[in-house]
Amino acid sequence: MSIRHGLLALLERGPMYGYQLRAAFEESTGATWPLNIGQVYTTLSRLERDGLVRPLPENDGGQRPYELTDLGRAEIAVWFVTPISRTDRPRDELAIKLALALTTPGVDVRAVVQTQRTATIQTLQELTRLKQRSDDPGDLSWRLILDAMVFQAEAEVRWLDHCEASLVRYRPSAPGSAAVAPEAADDRSEARK
Amino acid sequence: MILELRGVHRTHGTGETAVHALRGVDLGVAAGELVAVMGPSGSGKSTLLNLAGGLDSPSQGEVVVEGEVLGTLNRKQLARLRRRFVGYVFQDLNLLASLTAVENVALPLELDGMAVRKARKLAAAALDEVALAELAPRFPDEMSGGQQQRVAIARALVGDRRLVLADEPTGALDSQTGEAVLRLLRARVDAGAAGVLVTHEARHAAWADRVVFLRDGVVVDTTSPVGEPEQLLGVQA
Repeated sequence: MSIRHGLLALLERGPMYGYQLRAAFEESTGATWPLNIGQVYTTLSRLERDGLVRPLPENDGGQRPYELTDLGRAEIAVWFVTPISRTDRPRDELAIKLALALTTPGVDVRAVVQTQRTATIQTLQELTRLKQRSDDPGDLSWRLILDAMVFQAEAEVRWLDHCEASLVRYRPSAPGSAAVAPEAADDRSEARK
Repeated sequence: MILELRGVHRTHGTGETAVHALRGVDLGVAAGELVAVMGPSGSGKSTLLNLAGGLDSPSQGEVVVEGEVLGTLNRKQLARLRRRFVGYVFQDLNLLASLTAVENVALPLELDGMAVRKARKLAAAALDEVALAELAPRFPDEMSGGQQQRVAIARALVGDRRLVLADEPTGALDSQTGEAVLRLLRARVDAGAAGVLVTHEARHAAWADRVVFLRDGVVVDTTSPVGEPEQLLGVQA
């Protein structure tokens, strides 16, 4: 998530100063991404440097609001119409871990899969509990963010199910190159029950 | 504990062709607790549910419902316990097409010998609980899939049922309707029933207090009870 674009989007509503931006950011993301005020001011000064926002005179309380420039308004418009690229996201540590587990002697890959599945479903349970508590129709933004996390976690579990099913059929070609639990062969016949 | 499985084994067939559907499963479900059972096809999920509901008997070990060891009951007693205390929600809804919604819901009570008027009154209350009071006089083919599923849930929950067993209850429903069904199940459990939910959908299992993973008839892992979800926000930040 880009704080930069988050702040620009909020300034589209009208001029705001740092603390207002932080509160509005946390409110619209359901406090999923808490910001510290330092991050807000650092981001604002970069946005000012890039000509996307401009500072207004201080108000009576000594706070300095910022407003969007035309360039900033154009930037946020482009952001909203551009899909987020999956390749911009950090590398998937879990996929790498499983790939390594498969080729590391002595690792029980099915146990690695199950450990992750239990943890991910535990996360899903916690997210679901949060959803259960947010029945207010006015909380739509918050519920959609929760749903996004729910669907991502669910996708991970599906992928783990797929990994497990593939492991049952997996026969390493080189000796010592994989570590599927030895009972895998038996499982296959029982799975056909 | 409303439901207890103690050292339960279930073997189909004998000798070399024997299939061990369950191999020494222990599971307890208390009032107010919803337990989800997950696992690949053939892992023993449905066998476990059938045993819990007295639709099947263990080869070894015992199943206890409301303090009654099912193996010690005769067929009549078992049928009575099932009708009174156990509610089932299956993927195929098993609603009778020739009966209205309220008649479908009242059926298990009437079969149990309850006066028709009283049974219909309880059925109407159960339909109200699933927000279908106004559809009580409709026949199943006059309702949407989601509405029919809610009728099936009302039938599973009607009367005194303290143990609710659900096998893929959201079936082919869309995600919103499926979620509504799970909310109903959750609400009933929160009101004091014990529930077992068999599902292959992680998103649905997540409505449970505990998720039990079965593989080849053995419990291989269990999630711990859900803590305070606010902690999660710290993790996600």
